[in-house]
Amino acid sequence: MTDPVVRLHEVHKSFGALKVLDGVSFDVHRGEVAALIGRSGSGKSTALRCIDRLERIDSGMITVCGHDVADPALKLRALRLDVGIVFQSYNLFPHLTVMQNIMLAPRSVKGLGRAEAVDLARGVLAKVGLADKADAYPEQLSGGQQQRAAIARSLAMQPKVMLFDEVTSALDPELTGEVLRVIEDLAAGGMTMIMVTHEMGFARHIASQVLFMHRGRVWEAGPPAIMSDPATPELRQFVGSELRR
Amino acid sequence: MMGGHLNAFHLAYLANGAMWTVVLSAMAFLGGGVAAFLVALCRISPLRIVRVASGAVVQLVQGTPLLVILFLAYFGLPAIGFSVPPLLAAGASLTIYVGAFLGEVWRGAILAVPAPQWEAAECLALSRTQRLFQVILPQAVRIATPPTVGFLVQIIKSTSLASAIGFVELARAGQIINNSLLEPFLIYVIIACVYFALCYPISRWSRRLERSTGFARSARVAVP
Ligand SMILES: Nc1ncnc2c1ncn2[C@@H]1O[C@H](COP(=O)(O)OP(=O)(O)OP(=O)(O)O)[C@@H](O)[C@H]1O
Ligand SMILES: [Mg+2]
Repeated sequence: MTDPVVRLHEVHKSFGALKVLDGVSFDVHRGEVAALIGRSGSGKSTALRCIDRLERIDSGMITVCGHDVADPALKLRALRLDVGIVFQSYNLFPHLTVMQNIMLAPRSVKGLGRAEAVDLARGVLAKVGLADKADAYPEQLSGGQQQRAAIARSLAMQPKVMLFDEVTSALDPELTGEVLRVIEDLAAGGMTMIMVTHEMGFARHIASQVLFMHRGRVWEAGPPAIMSDPATPELRQFVGSELRR
Repeated sequence: MMGGHLNAFHLAYLANGAMWTVVLSAMAFLGGGVAAFLVALCRISPLRIVRVASGAVVQLVQGTPLLVILFLAYFGLPAIGFSVPPLLAAGASLTIYVGAFLGEVWRGAILAVPAPQWEAAECLALSRTQRLFQVILPQAVRIATPPTVGFLVQIIKSTSLASAIGFVELARAGQIINNSLLEPFLIYVIIACVYFALCYPISRWSRRLERSTGFARSARVAVP
């Protein structure tokens, strides 16, 4: 088997006295979709942020596409070229149109020419079904459209792995569907992904592995089937409470 | 020009003074704008020493009356061997003064851009400079525009202090004419009106900007 795209090994992370990651380990291989589930405060977002080095870890090891993320001398630019991340709050740049949002990094970071960047942007916009919104400003879009634009912006950098942090949590059910379809297409296209989600049905349907986090650890992990047949009372309780939501 | 009534010559003299008020204001705004930009950048520097040092300078300038800065530049510097003409002394003093105040306003505007914007740009592999210039500053400019334009009014009025070092701008021109005409009420009403005429359009503009910030307006114009 090839090396995993993302590997966490015994990762520890505290905020002050609060231990948020308490020895987290998991591997995500190429083309895999890992669903990170767990209660609020269990450390899911923190784990994701550590993978993109938005937070520094206290001890342990993280490798992402061959980069040693814990290395203080890590070239952050190289890491971020390989990792795309999308947050719950879209964070599109409000002063730029959708098209300009998408073209900014390919042009500034990768030095693409204008024509090339336009082609690239049109490509990713078509992928997320927003071809007709290229010239709109973020605030003119619905939440679902903004989130798809944010995904397109990330995809335009051609990352090797995509991280999603509750990207549908701020959306109405109808809008959630359109964003999940985009993620489903990405999965079908072979994109390696780690997604934090509360959409249990979607996780079960799309994930190749489910990682249940509890108290800063991966409490239970396995194929989506573990959600219907949990081995630990904690996961059973969590799945039960999610179904009741 | 001793005695007599207000005549065309006096008005021309006032107009000349008003012209210098505008020149001083422009110098203060341009010089101060550049200084303020540098101050704002230093105040948000990733280097602590730069932040602290620039913060100290700002505190020092903000705690000193403009009049004292003017005296220092015009009377103080020659005393230690640097002679400075009034225009330069006034221009430099105003630049320092405006730089300190406007710099803090602009720093506030930069900090008012939500932190996730920095992070989103960082996740796209943009360098710190690219993040600042392509993502943060364009948004900060929108936030800073109304208070900056409002501050312009403050600058125009502050230039009257340059009269204290003998620079003949509008206020000083009025004083000189009054010395010969001895019609203080009439003359200072005229002076006040000219200041008002200079400032009013700007405060109107500032208020209009305040109502129309945000990206909505420009966006609606940009997308048919
Ligand atoms: N920058 C920070 N400083 C201090 N504490 C933090 C910080 N970020 C997160 N925490 C704390 O760490 C814990 C884990 O947070 P995290 O955001 O990783 O949880 P989560 O599993 O993503 O929860 P949710 O489902 O609510 O998003 C929480 O108690 C949170 O308050
Ligand atoms: Mg979270």
